[in-house]
Amino acid sequence: MNFLSVSQVSKAFGGTPVVNAVDIAIARGEFFALLGPSGCGKTTLLRMIAGFETPDSGTISIDGEVMNAVPPHQRPTNMVFQSYAIFPHLNVFDNIAYGLRKLKLPKDQLRARVEAMLATVRLEGLGNRAADQLSGGQRQRVALARALVREPKLLLLDEPLGALDKRLRETMQVELRAIQRKVGITFLLVTHDQEEALSLSDRIAVMSGGKILQVASPRELYERPNCREVADFIGEMNFFHATVREMADATATVNAGLLGIVTLPRANLAPAIRKDDHILLAIRPEHVRFSDLNNESGGVAGEIASATFLGERSHFHVKIAGRSEPVSVSGNAAPQGSSVSLAFPPENLIGLTSAG
Amino acid sequence: MKSRALFIYALAYLAFLYVPVLFLPVFSFNNSQFIAFPLTGFTTRWYAALGADTAMQHALGNSLKVGLVTALLSTLLGLTAAKAVTQYRLRGTQAMLGLISLPLFIPDIVLGISLLLLLGLLDLPLSLAAVVAGHMLVCVPFALTVLIARFEGFDRNLEEASADLGESGWMTFWRVTFPLMMPGILASLLLTFITSFDEFLVAYFLSGTEATLPVYIWGQLRFPERLPTVLALGALILSVSVVLVICAELLRNRGVKKPMVGA
Repeated sequence: MNFLSVSQVSKAFGGTPVVNAVDIAIARGEFFALLGPSGCGKTTLLRMIAGFETPDSGTISIDGEVMNAVPPHQRPTNMVFQSYAIFPHLNVFDNIAYGLRKLKLPKDQLRARVEAMLATVRLEGLGNRAADQLSGGQRQRVALARALVREPKLLLLDEPLGALDKRLRETMQVELRAIQRKVGITFLLVTHDQEEALSLSDRIAVMSGGKILQVASPRELYERPNCREVADFIGEMNFFHATVREMADATATVNAGLLGIVTLPRANLAPAIRKDDHILLAIRPEHVRFSDLNNESGGVAGEIASATFLGERSHFHVKIAGRSEPVSVSGNAAPQGSSVSLAFPPENLIGLTSAG
Repeated sequence: MKSRALFIYALAYLAFLYVPVLFLPVFSFNNSQFIAFPLTGFTTRWYAALGADTAMQHALGNSLKVGLVTALLSTLLGLTAAKAVTQYRLRGTQAMLGLISLPLFIPDIVLGISLLLLLGLLDLPLSLAAVVAGHMLVCVPFALTVLIARFEGFDRNLEEASADLGESGWMTFWRVTFPLMMPGILASLLLTFITSFDEFLVAYFLSGTEATLPVYIWGQLRFPERLPTVLALGALILSVSVVLVICAELLRNRGVKKPMVGA
């Protein structure tokens, strides 16, 4: 049975649909991310799970219990707000202890529990610090501790690292993942940062326009995006128009225009694709190779328009004849001269429906 | 040259504001029942006479009672209305706010007469309760203005965070909203109390036999020999008012410095 189940949930604000018949199933203990551009409905979906918004239709259930009519203060969820929402009139200790009042713990037990949580988020000894004397990273940790100390069944995180600078964000990503493994609580993260989603999550749902486009593991999402939007949103991708010529059991042959006739594994094509369909062939910049100009067959001649040195690798934009958009190539071997030949290994080409 | 003229203007302005008020304490210590220069000598007998004046003390008691009840009720009504206006999207909010503020623009004498007529029509007696009702008409708009300003800087995420951490609406109000609104609530209590304590016209029409302090003082002015005692009383009230206003300003400034958004 699914731990969190969102089923056909829709929500509109003033007649404008924001979340549109969304289905999600999350397993217990999973680190799950909702990834999408701002305004795609991911935060509204999160707020419906927390109970701050009511779905217009559909059901949300947690651990087998339907939550639709349960008010936020009675749900087994806790949330880390994007703004952190640390109570400004309370110190760090009282902020973390805020949600424990109902347990009516004896003073020493309460103290022990808060101190243990302070240690988990590495804020030992800062219990007496006033809320307005905390750095951004410390606020983030207090917000996390305040939610985790209640031992929720499900922790909701709304762009938790968005307000931090890059270095701190990377440190907190590692820590967040470690904390999730340690406490074993199911995490549901909302983010517009694909790198954050890829590095943290077990599975990711990519959202756009209030709909879920694809749910998959980070690797699968990167290697087998199911539509152009997902491919565009996760990393960088080169697209070429093509037409399917032949469909065999294990392979498919397509006319890829500039790339010539290409035979690729049939598993690389989206399942909906049929013979004679107009499709998009997609390939990641790191899969495009520089080949020897005269030696190899199937190479496409091009001119390097720009080269950017990025440390462990370099990024190139290569102009090829008959195409206005340059091809993105990423690699660690810089070619000699500016005239190059590009090779597109068929096993790395993905076929997507051109409507998507 | 120009700045010198401005300086003299500012001085004249301040003198106009405060010299009349300063006559109060000066003559309250003057050893003569005639309010005229030259001063004839120092005395505290007018203050001593205050201590013996039970009618005056009764009127002071009435004023304090009316002021306290008015301040508490106006601030409570102002608090709930301010929360509704700032945190929920309601239809007709602007019209409502306009209607609530309207009594501020109705002359007190008109307000006093209409309330007197109303009491007569309803066959209700003149009483301090009637005075409280009249004062609230004037005080609720003040309370609302102060509290709306305070609520406008309030981060709603804090209340959501409290709900998320297991507290119901009522406990969230006590543990988050109320403490963060405290400076605004205190400022509203002071402002409405002083407004009620000061008010003469409505109280004059509605208080009946239970005079409030301003009504009592007005009555005393008919007896010239009581005038220095009234001055002594005025001087006392003046000093208490000054202290209260300073407190209110300090509170307001503290409120401004302390952020109310989620840190």
